[in-house]
Amino acid sequence: MSDNSPISYSDKQYKVLGTRPVRHDGADKVTGRAIYGADVQMSGMAHGKILRSPHPHARIKAIDTSIAEKINGVYAIATGQDWPDLIDKVADLGEGAVNLHDLAQNCLAVDKVLYKGHAIAAVAARDVHVAEEAIAAIRVDYEILPAVTDIVEAMQADAPILHPGLKTETLEEPSDQPTNIDRHVHFETGDIDAGFAAADVIIEREYRTATVHQGYIEPQVSTALWNEDGHLKIWTSTQGSFTARHQTAELLQLPISKVTVTPCEIGGGFGGKIAVYFEPVAAMLSRKCGRPVKMTMQRDEVFEGTGPTPASNIKVKLGATRDGKLTAGQAYLAYEAGAFPGGVIGPGAMCIFSCVELPNAIVDGYDVCVNKPKTQAYRAPGATQAAFAFESTLNELASELKLDRIEIRRINGVKEGVKRVDGPVYPRIGYLECLDAVEKSAHWNTPLEGPNRGRGIGAGYWFNIGLKSSVSASVNPDGTVHLLEGSTDIGGTRTSIAMQLAETLGIAAHDVLPKVVDTDSVGYTDVTGGSRTTFATGMAAHKVGLDLLEQLTARAAMLWECDPIEVQVDGDLYRFGDQQITFKQLAAKLPETGDPVVGRASVSPEGSTNGFGVHIVDVEVDPDTAKVTILRYTAIQDAGKAIHPSYVEGQMQGGAVQGIGWALNEEYFYGDDHKMRNASLLDYRIPTCLDVPMIDAIIVEVPNPSHPFGVRGVGETPIVPPPAAIADAIYQATGVRMTQLPMSPPRLWKAMTQR
Amino acid sequence: MAKKQLITATINGEQREFACEPRQSLLEALRDGLQLTGAKEGCNNGNCGACTVLLDGEPVVSCLVLAVEAEGAEIETVEGIAAGGKLQPLQQCFLEGAALQCGVCTPGFLMTTKALLDRIPHPSEEEIRFQLAGNLCRCTGYDKIVRAVQAAAEGEQT
Ligand code: FES
Ligand code: FES
Repeated sequence: MSDNSPISYSDKQYKVLGTRPVRHDGADKVTGRAIYGADVQMSGMAHGKILRSPHPHARIKAIDTSIAEKINGVYAIATGQDWPDLIDKVADLGEGAVNLHDLAQNCLAVDKVLYKGHAIAAVAARDVHVAEEAIAAIRVDYEILPAVTDIVEAMQADAPILHPGLKTETLEEPSDQPTNIDRHVHFETGDIDAGFAAADVIIEREYRTATVHQGYIEPQVSTALWNEDGHLKIWTSTQGSFTARHQTAELLQLPISKVTVTPCEIGGGFGGKIAVYFEPVAAMLSRKCGRPVKMTMQRDEVFEGTGPTPASNIKVKLGATRDGKLTAGQAYLAYEAGAFPGGVIGPGAMCIFSCVELPNAIVDGYDVCVNKPKTQAYRAPGATQAAFAFESTLNELASELKLDRIEIRRINGVKEGVKRVDGPVYPRIGYLECLDAVEKSAHWNTPLEGPNRGRGIGAGYWFNIGLKSSVSASVNPDGTVHLLEGSTDIGGTRTSIAMQLAETLGIAAHDVLPKVVDTDSVGYTDVTGGSRTTFATGMAAHKVGLDLLEQLTARAAMLWECDPIEVQVDGDLYRFGDQQITFKQLAAKLPETGDPVVGRASVSPEGSTNGFGVHIVDVEVDPDTAKVTILRYTAIQDAGKAIHPSYVEGQMQGGAVQGIGWALNEEYFYGDDHKMRNASLLDYRIPTCLDVPMIDAIIVEVPNPSHPFGVRGVGETPIVPPPAAIADAIYQATGVRMTQLPMSPPRLWKAMTQR
Repeated sequence: MAKKQLITATINGEQREFACEPRQSLLEALRDGLQLTGAKEGCNNGNCGACTVLLDGEPVVSCLVLAVEAEGAEIETVEGIAAGGKLQPLQQCFLEGAALQCGVCTPGFLMTTKALLDRIPHPSEEEIRFQLAGNLCRCTGYDKIVRAVQAAAEGEQT
């Protein structure tokens, strides 16, 4: 929180937006009453468990479940043989498409395991302990295959091949050589050779980042009931109830109308709860045993069996003139897809140069299969790795040119009308305004003193995905409005969406009563992800508000026997001549004056909009141990319009701390046997509150021209700048430029002592 | 499978009996046996603090306590801290301070904080961070949690 935040670039005045009401679901959450996935209890419920591969790469020759089946209390066992035939089909999950055949294999392997932790068989039993006993009694005969878990090795011609049929998707002719490279993306603009020829200084660097996990506190959990009438019901922790329904229906080859997904309260997701793991498996078990089946992961299963975000290898080459103007940029990005094709290389390649104007540029991105879990989105998927590489190189260029780090960003910074290397032209955006906020901030203006200390800076960018959102709303006679939505609420979006309806109707935030409902009860809505929920579902709430307004105006006109056009609406007041009626009074008259007032709205905003952030960080590096302490941290971000400033700050603070963890500690450690060594929250160290200081958040508001209230999504941008900013601070403190994440004590110590 | 044992404990001020297997954790007994699902499971390994409850006034990770160890003990869970249909000031501070996002860590934080404030009514920021370091939150970045605890501590002053 900062005294002068939000910094607004709009003179629009709002009544509800920008205030900080207590969230609608708050009391349930602080009393322990909110129902999360694991809290679902059902009559006759069985508990499911998964048998997972101990090998990183192996062919499954045979599975013998005969002993397990005989254990008292075991109700059903399922294996990959139970999948219906799935032709190669691609489903769009909002934040990335998925091949259904691969998705099924990932939920339960069919003939091959591709990573340690890969699911092989599932058991439903009386309780978890019995299910675990049964899992241990299943015998699997494997043919062990050589594995590869390093991205650079996986791209070599002689690497072990995960999918013999995989061909690289590229503009060029596909080669017949077996490969792990799934996709090659390429963007090009201007004349790269001429650009580098015009440069006075050229810097070229190579970076590596490690595999990291979203680390949501609630493990994956789902309950499924395949009813006797053939209808499948699912209660699950998911970022998208409709995408969960879609995936499950496709995997089980059921009509979508036969599946109902009820989203439970969700204990974090960050991109990791979009793909299904349990839903279709619990359903298969339920069909076999005729009971509801609940499945919950243990923490090691979350690390080894769900999707982290990719490790990467990135090369960046930048050229600039003496006065700091960039003349050319070239980037090579290789990202791990994990066990199955389809990683986040696309957005990574789109984001790497997104903060600067580059007349001449080439970006090449490669998506590479390795024997690790299939990677998934993690908050601004692909952008953090790219920003670490680009912003670090830019900071180095600034010091080479003896230019201020803000200055070089100002000279090259993107603004309205600039064309991104991958094509789109920016509308009104707030990057330069964020730089202004940095320079005006208390943090930037307080000198940093003391030995072994440094101040770093880094910027970041993420889109706001549009996609589809639906809501419906009905006016109650007591003057409140029920709002039904399909966007699962992870971080308080019930409130930020309800506030947009309240603003439209001129009523109080708490007079709108939002409810996240099941897939039968509201129109199709895409995932809570892509920084789209407050932005896009908020647009739907605004639209339904306009619908209700029109109906209410007509009803007021009926009361006064005038033309609806003659009714003036001002906040919650409806006026005609000297007669007036408040929203509440009008609502009370609705039952006796006509039909109930009910509205619905669906939106699918075209394209995407743009969020920028800049972070400042002060660190102290212990010269003996190379431990980095974060002394002070300020996150600055353009939110367009902060609907609920506390929750915008919360997103900025939470994203920053995840980024701090990524920068300093978090990584999947692999042994030479290609097995993860640290699959627990003790050894995979996410930041505790003792590891971080208060995180100052300065909100900048440059209205988004494509949203009625100017909103930009804010959830993802804040994880993008931290690693680059911290690397810069470490350089300022020690003179060492780190090019590998995490910048953990052993790695930094080595760099400091081997200089 | 060993025989179930009958345990008597005071839970949220009420004397309760429940049966459990020797291999069951207190967390399991609370959630599955007693239908007190406020305590959450995040790791089942003692590393995240989501399952924190008070055992004779001390915060414990209930996933690492065996249910049979609760014999004769006094246990307090998040369900027990709001009294008489009113939120406890600490709960109110978490709500008003937006100190939760997904909320799954919240019950654990509330219980650890309650124990902290019972022991140290006016903790420094350093003390708060030290005492809460066993509770992981992945959403908030801790800023608003620490401030909510500070606000609760200040409230008790007045
Ligand atoms: S569930 Fe007990 S500490 Fe994590
Ligand atoms: S609010 Fe989600 S883990 Fe703390």
